[in-house]
Amino acid sequence: MAIPIRDDENLEMNECSPDEIKKEILEKYPTKVARKRAKQIVINKVGEGCEVPEIQANVRTIPGIITQRGCTYAGCKGVVLGPTRDIVNITHGPVGCGFYSWLTRRNQTKPESPEAENFMTYCFTTDMQEEQIVFGGEKKLKQAIQEAYDTMKPKAIAIFSTCPVGLIGDDVHSVAREMKEKLGINVFGFSCEGYKGVSQSAGHHIANNGIFTHVVGLDDTVREGKFKVNLLGEYNIGGDAFLIEKLFEECGFTLISTFSGNSSIDKFANSHTADLNLIMCHRSINYVAEMMETKFGVPWMKVNFIGAEASAKSLRKMAKYFGDQELIDKVEEVIAREMPAVIAAQEEVRPRCEGKLAMIFVGGSRAHHYQELFREIGMDTISAGYEFAHRDDYEGRKVLPTVKVDADSRNIEELDVHPDPDRFRPRKTEEEMKRLQEEGVEFHDYDGMMPEMGDDKMIIDDINQYETDKMIEYYKPAIFCAGIKEKYAVQKSGVPMKQLHSYDYGGPYAAFQGAINFYHEVDRMVNSKVWKYIKAPWQESPELAAKYAWE
Amino acid sequence: MKKAASSSYTSTTNACKLCKPLGACIAFRGIEGAVPFLHGSQGCATYMRRYVISHFREPIDIASSSLGEKHAVYGGGPNLKLGVKNVTKKYGAKLIGVATTCLTETIGDDVPFLLKEYKRDVEDLPPEEAPILVNVSTPSYSGTHMEGFHAAVRAVADQVATEAEKNASVNVFPGFMTPAEIRHLKEIFEDFSLDETILPDISDTLDAPVLEEYKKIPEGGTPIEEIRRMSGAMASIEIGRTVETRLSAGELLNGKFGVPAYKTGMPIGLRECDAFFELLEKISSYETPEKYAGERGRLVDSYIDAHKYIFNKRAIVYGEEDLVVGITSFLTEIGVRPVLCASGGQSGLLAGAIEEVTKGILPESPVVRHGVDFYDIAEEAEGLAPDIIIGHSKGYHLARRWNIPHVRVGFPIHDRFGGQRLLNIGYRGTQDLLDRVVNAFIEKKQEDSPVGYGYM
Ligand code: SF4
Ligand code: SF4
Repeated sequence: MAIPIRDDENLEMNECSPDEIKKEILEKYPTKVARKRAKQIVINKVGEGCEVPEIQANVRTIPGIITQRGCTYAGCKGVVLGPTRDIVNITHGPVGCGFYSWLTRRNQTKPESPEAENFMTYCFTTDMQEEQIVFGGEKKLKQAIQEAYDTMKPKAIAIFSTCPVGLIGDDVHSVAREMKEKLGINVFGFSCEGYKGVSQSAGHHIANNGIFTHVVGLDDTVREGKFKVNLLGEYNIGGDAFLIEKLFEECGFTLISTFSGNSSIDKFANSHTADLNLIMCHRSINYVAEMMETKFGVPWMKVNFIGAEASAKSLRKMAKYFGDQELIDKVEEVIAREMPAVIAAQEEVRPRCEGKLAMIFVGGSRAHHYQELFREIGMDTISAGYEFAHRDDYEGRKVLPTVKVDADSRNIEELDVHPDPDRFRPRKTEEEMKRLQEEGVEFHDYDGMMPEMGDDKMIIDDINQYETDKMIEYYKPAIFCAGIKEKYAVQKSGVPMKQLHSYDYGGPYAAFQGAINFYHEVDRMVNSKVWKYIKAPWQESPELAAKYAWE
Repeated sequence: MKKAASSSYTSTTNACKLCKPLGACIAFRGIEGAVPFLHGSQGCATYMRRYVISHFREPIDIASSSLGEKHAVYGGGPNLKLGVKNVTKKYGAKLIGVATTCLTETIGDDVPFLLKEYKRDVEDLPPEEAPILVNVSTPSYSGTHMEGFHAAVRAVADQVATEAEKNASVNVFPGFMTPAEIRHLKEIFEDFSLDETILPDISDTLDAPVLEEYKKIPEGGTPIEEIRRMSGAMASIEIGRTVETRLSAGELLNGKFGVPAYKTGMPIGLRECDAFFELLEKISSYETPEKYAGERGRLVDSYIDAHKYIFNKRAIVYGEEDLVVGITSFLTEIGVRPVLCASGGQSGLLAGAIEEVTKGILPESPVVRHGVDFYDIAEEAEGLAPDIIIGHSKGYHLARRWNIPHVRVGFPIHDRFGGQRLLNIGYRGTQDLLDRVVNAFIEKKQEDSPVGYGYM
C-alpha cells in the first residue's frame, strides 16, 4: 500500500490530460447535472488577444450537490457590512442566521481609542418566534431597534432580512424610515433574504446599493491630504488592511475610507471626496465604485496587494495616476526598501517549493490573487475557481455586454444613478485620462483570472465536494486552498489545506511583509513531515500482518 | 408564545442557543451511512456546516434543496425530490435525514407527504438506490438546537424502528455528548456486558482518524439494523434531566412498543454518576466492575485535595440545559457555589432539575434563567461577583470583561483545541473536569501574584 508522502520523489503527476479528467468527472453525474457542470468546468486556453473560453458562472447550485456557497444574507451582512465596527447590525429573523454570522469572518478592526465604539463582538437579532411568523415581525423589529439604541447609543443601525422576513411580508424599509425619524440616527434596511440570489454575490450587490443610497455622500467635509484614495473590497482578514494602510501612509497616499476592513460609517459617508477608488475584490464591491464614478466622478482602477510584485505594480499605478514626481519617487523608495527582504525570503523557500502544485477555490478574487504569491515561490496553480464570482471575474470585464441576465440576477435591483448636480466633479480631464490609458494605466477594467492562467489549467466554478475529491486524486496537489468547510475533508485525504477565507486565523498576507509571511507558511505546510506518519510501521503491509495472525 | 420568561428584553443580543436544524444535523450525522439534508435555502446548510466543522475539526456534509425565490413562492417539492435523488446518487447514503428550515416551515411545505410521493416513485429501485428517508420538522422560530437534536433522534426511532423480536439490547439516548464521551459510554456498557444501541453515535463520524483516502460518509454511527430492532430492546435509557416528554425517544418506544424507559441525568459529578451506575447494575444485574470503583475512589480523593483551591468560589454555568444541570450538580459537590445557571433553551424543566441536584447542599439556590442570551446573563451577573464561568466559547467575552477564568465545555468551542475530545462524563470524565476547573483557579492565582510563585 502506498503511503502518501508528499516529498518530491513521490510526487508523480497523473498522466491524464485535462480533457480526460473532465470527462471522467462528468461521467458520474446524471445527464442533466453533467450537462450543466460541463459548462462550469473549463479547460483554459488563452488566445492572442487574451481571449479565453466562456465559463458558466453565477448560476444556481444543483439541489443535493454540496456546495461551498452561502446565501445572500451572508454576503450582505457578513461580508460587506460585518467589518464596519460602529454600525449596530440587527439580523431580523430567527436566531440561527445571526448566530452563524457572529464574528466568524475574522475581520480585524482597530477603534481610534479604547472608548470608541466597536460593536463587532455583538450579535443582535430579533430572534423571531412563531408569533412573528404568523402575525408579522415589524413590531418586534421596532422594539429591537429601540433596545439597541437605548443600550448602545450608536450612530447608525442596519437591519438585515433573512428568509422568513420576505415570506411573511415585513417591510423593513418602512420600519427603518420610521425609526430613523424617531431616533434621529441613521437607520437603514436591507432586503437580503437568503433565497434571493444564487450565492453570497447577490448580497454583495444589495449591500453596495444600500451603503451607496444611505451613507455615501452624507458628509462633504474635504479632508487634508494630497493624494486621496479609497480602498474597496479589502476586508482586513488577518490584518491585511493594516499593512496596506501603513504602506499607503508611508508612500504619501491619504486613505479616506476602506470598504470595509477596519472601517467606520463616518468614513463611508465621506468617501466620495476621494480622488481615486482602488478595487481589490472586484466581485463584491465593483458596484459602489461604478456608482461613485457616475454620481461623483471618482474613477476606479483594479489593484492587487496580494503578492509582492503585484503590490509594487499597484503602488506604481496609483502614483502614476496622480502624476506627482515626489510621490512617484517616494513609492519607488518604499518598494526598494521592502523588496530585499521579500527576495531573500523567496530565495530561502523556493528550493523547497519550486514546481509544486496548488489549487485554489475561494471567493470572488482570492482564487486569482493568491496565484501571484504561489508563482513568486515557483509554485504552479494547476486549477482554480471561484465560489460565487461572475463571468467577468473569470474572463474579464470585456465580456460584460454578453453576460446573460437570468431571473436570479434580475431580482437584484440596479440603482438608477445620475451625476450629482452639485457634487459631480471629474477628477481628470478627458485628455489626461486618455494619456494615462495610453501609458498603460487602465481604468474601470479588470482582466479576470483566466487570461493570467496558462493553457490547460482547469477552471472550475462552484466546485463541490465530489469534484474536489476527484481533483485531488488526479493531481495530488501539494496544497489545496479553500475554506473551513473543505478543510478537514481535504486534510483527511492527506493533502495540506490552507484556508483562504479566514487565513486559518493567521496572516496578514497582503503587501510585502504579508507576502513573506505567506511564503513561510506555505513552505511549512507543503514540506510538513506529518503526512508520513499516517500509518504506523506495523500497519504498512496489512496483508502480511493479517497472514501472520491467521497462521 | 413568550420569548424569554425571564428577560426584560424583546430582542436577543449575543444568543446562548443555536438553531434547531443544526441539532438535527448533528444527530443524523451519528447514524451509519446517513447524510443530513436541509430543506430550505442553501445558506442555512452552509452556515451550519461551517459551524459544526469548526467545532469538531472534522468534515461534515449537509445537503440542501437550495431553494430560490421561485421555490419560496411555488413550493420546494421538486427541489427536495431532486436533491434527495442527487444525494442518493453521489453519496450512496443509506439514510437521508431531512430537516426543515425556517423558510420551508414558513411556506408550509408538507415534507412527509413529499417524501411519501418520492418513495412511491422509487419503489421499484434496489435498496442502495432508495435510502431510508427520515423527516423532522425543525423551525428555528420555535426551539433551539437541542430541541432539534432530540426531535431528530425521536423521529429516527419513530420512523425506522419496526416491530421486532424481544432482545437483550439496551437503547441509549445520550443527548448531545462529545465523541469522546460516547466512546466512554460504550466502554462502560461493554464492561457491564450490556449490548447497547447508542443513538446517535458520533464517536467515529465526528472524530475520525486521518485516512489515506477521504470517505464521503465516514465509518461508524448507529447501525441501521440496530435502530430497527430498538422496538424489541429490554430497556431504554434516556440521558438528560431536561428532555421533554414530547421530544423523548425513550417515551416514544415505550408507548409504541412497551420498551421500559429509564431517565437519568448526565453522569457528571459523583451523585449523577452513582445514579447512572446504579441504573446499569439494575438493568444488567451485574455489579459495577472494580475499575469504576477505583475511578470513583480516586475522584473522591481528589475532591478532598482540591477543596482548598476552590472552596466557596462562585461560578456561572451556561449552555445546553442538560449539561448545565450536570455541571451544576458537580460544582455543588466540590464546594464551588453555582450562583447563576443559564441557558438559551426553554424546556421549562431547567429550574426543577437544578433544584433537584442542589437541594440540601447549597445554602441558597442558584439563580436559574432559561431562554436567555448573553446580554441577560451579564445583567443577571451584576452583583453576583462570579469567580469563574463554565460554558462554550460564546461566553468568552464575559470572562474577559470580568477578568476571570473560563472553562470551556459544550458546543460550540472554537477558541480552544480539542472540544470534540472533552470528557466530562463518568467518574473518569468528572475527574478530568475537576482537574481543569482547579487548574483554572490556580493559574489565575498564579498570574495575579506579583511574586511569581512556581509552587502553588
Ligand atoms: S433560517 Fe432558521 S434554520 Fe436557517 S439558519 Fe436561520 S434560524 Fe437556522
Ligand atoms: S434562512 Fe436564509 S438568510 Fe438565513 S441562513 Fe438560511 S438562507 Fe441565509
